[in-house]
This record gives sequence, structure tokens and C-alpha cells, in this order.
Amino acid sequence: MFRPLTFQRRPTHFLPVTVAHPIIKEHDIMAIEVRIPTILRSYTGGAKVVEGAGDTLADLLTDLDSRYAGLKGRLVTDAGALHRFVNVYVNDEDVRFLGALDAKLNDGDSVTILPAVAGGAFGFAAAAAIAGHRAAVAAR
Amino acid sequence: MLSIDRSIVDAIVAHARRDHPDEACGVVAGPVGSDTPTRHIPMENSARSMTFYEFDSMEQLRVWREMDDRDEEPVVIYHSHTATEAYPSRTDVSFAGEPGAHYLLVSTREPDTEEIRSFRIVDGVVTEEPVRIVDAAVDPHAVQSYMFGQSPATVDYECSGR
Repeated sequence: MFRPLTFQRRPTHFLPVTVAHPIIKEHDIMAIEVRIPTILRSYTGGAKVVEGAGDTLADLLTDLDSRYAGLKGRLVTDAGALHRFVNVYVNDEDVRFLGALDAKLNDGDSVTILPAVAGGAFGFAAAAAIAGHRAAVAAR
Repeated sequence: MLSIDRSIVDAIVAHARRDHPDEACGVVAGPVGSDTPTRHIPMENSARSMTFYEFDSMEQLRVWREMDDRDEEPVVIYHSHTATEAYPSRTDVSFAGEPGAHYLLVSTREPDTEEIRSFRIVDGVVTEEPVRIVDAAVDPHAVQSYMFGQSPATVDYECSGR
């Protein structure tokens, strides 16, 4: 059978459920698992998965920053918006569709951070796009 | 030095030509720590632009999870420039978030010329590296006759001296 090479986006409820990291105990108070990308593991002592607490993404990042100093600064701009260079997901959703830093979190949620992969030939056009995106995010 | 199979390069160039004049983008995954690109994954350019590319965030999550499940990492991250040279722009550098990856650029500005260059981009510093295209179709154990100093199974692209 012909199998297309490209991956189709599927409804998120079909995505596989992330299996909890074995090191994290279910009864821990800090019950939000956070997956850290390679480029930010220098802040977490090399750890790929850490845990934290918070009612919103902003709270969670503040909590993580108390133990992994500098991490929040790589994810949040000086203006207080989520950085353009990262993608943050709660379970299977991009937080940009969940209120960005105001996204609500619950115990047992899994947060994944990935570097956004983007670029292109012309700096000016792209910079304008980024500025527009940042303004849109900040306005939310 | 990036060593990459001829069939994967051909697939990347074909993808870039297919999407021209829009920029094309994708990943070549490989086993963690191997520095060997083995699995070509063309990605959608959600920007659909001649001057900008961006992975679709949900597709990226799926692909990155899949790599994680298979003990793979993004060995190559590629995209095309469709009117300019295959050299990282300031935007490319500011976004480069995979310090372990080879950033492969393809230019499709010349319809008949294959223009491929590879770069490391770490902490905003761009370093070009040679690309060795390995032709896996040639059996490396077969008896071959060739001139001293030549290697029939590989093509080496040196840096352009920039």
C-alpha cells in the first residue's frame, strides 16, 4: 500500500498518551512533568525531564526558575510574552492556542518544550513576521 | 563534516524543487549519538512563503516524539533558499535551536545546479563544514578499479571559503 512520506496532522485525541517518566512518583506534590530540549539542558544539569508545580504556565516557569535559574529567561521575553523561538505544549496542545503563559495546568499534565524550527532567506521579512507575531501574542 | 547518503540528498533536493518558489523544510533523523542521518522526514512549511519557513508546531511535536520513541535525534535540519545562496540568514541563526544538528541549506535559484551547503550553528556562531555525499548504491566491498586518491563511492564538497 502506498504510504505517504508526509505526516498528516491528526485530531489530538488520537495522539499517543505520554507515559509518565519512571523517576516521577505519582504521589509527588509537584506533579507536572516538563520535557526539556537539548539546548536548554545546561540549565537542568543535563536532565531531559524535570518536574514542577503551578496553576498556569507562567507559575510553572517561575517555579522551575527557582531551581533552574535562567531557564525562564530563555522562554519568556523581557516584555513578558512567550518567546518566539520556542514551542511549548501542554499535553498535546500548543500553548499559543491555550492562552500562552496564562494556560491553565493541572496535576498530571505533561509540558513539552521544543525549539521552534524556523528561518528563511530574508531577515527583514522574517523579522517583521516575528514582530507581528510577538505583538499578537502580547495582545492576548 | 556531514556524511549523508546520496539517496537522502536526492530526496531533499527533489522536495526543494517541488516546493519552489516557496521554501521547503524538513529533518533527517538518525540514531542518537551516531551523527548519521538515516530517515528523511519532509515537513510542511506552515509559513508557505518564498522568504520564510516554519515547521507546523503540531507536526513538529509528533515528529520529535516519534524520534524520541525510536531513540533518534534530528541529525540534519534542512531548508531551501529559493532566490539566494545556500548560506544561513540572520533569521536562520537566531532560530537555530538544535546545537547538535547539521543545518543543511539547499538553494534552488539555479534550475540545473545542485547547491548544497552544511553548517553548524551554535550560540549564534555559524561554521560551514564539508559535505560528503556517500553513494550507498556502490557496494564498498566490491572490487573496484580507480585512480589513486579517488574514491568512486563518495563526492566531497569542500567549504566555499566564505
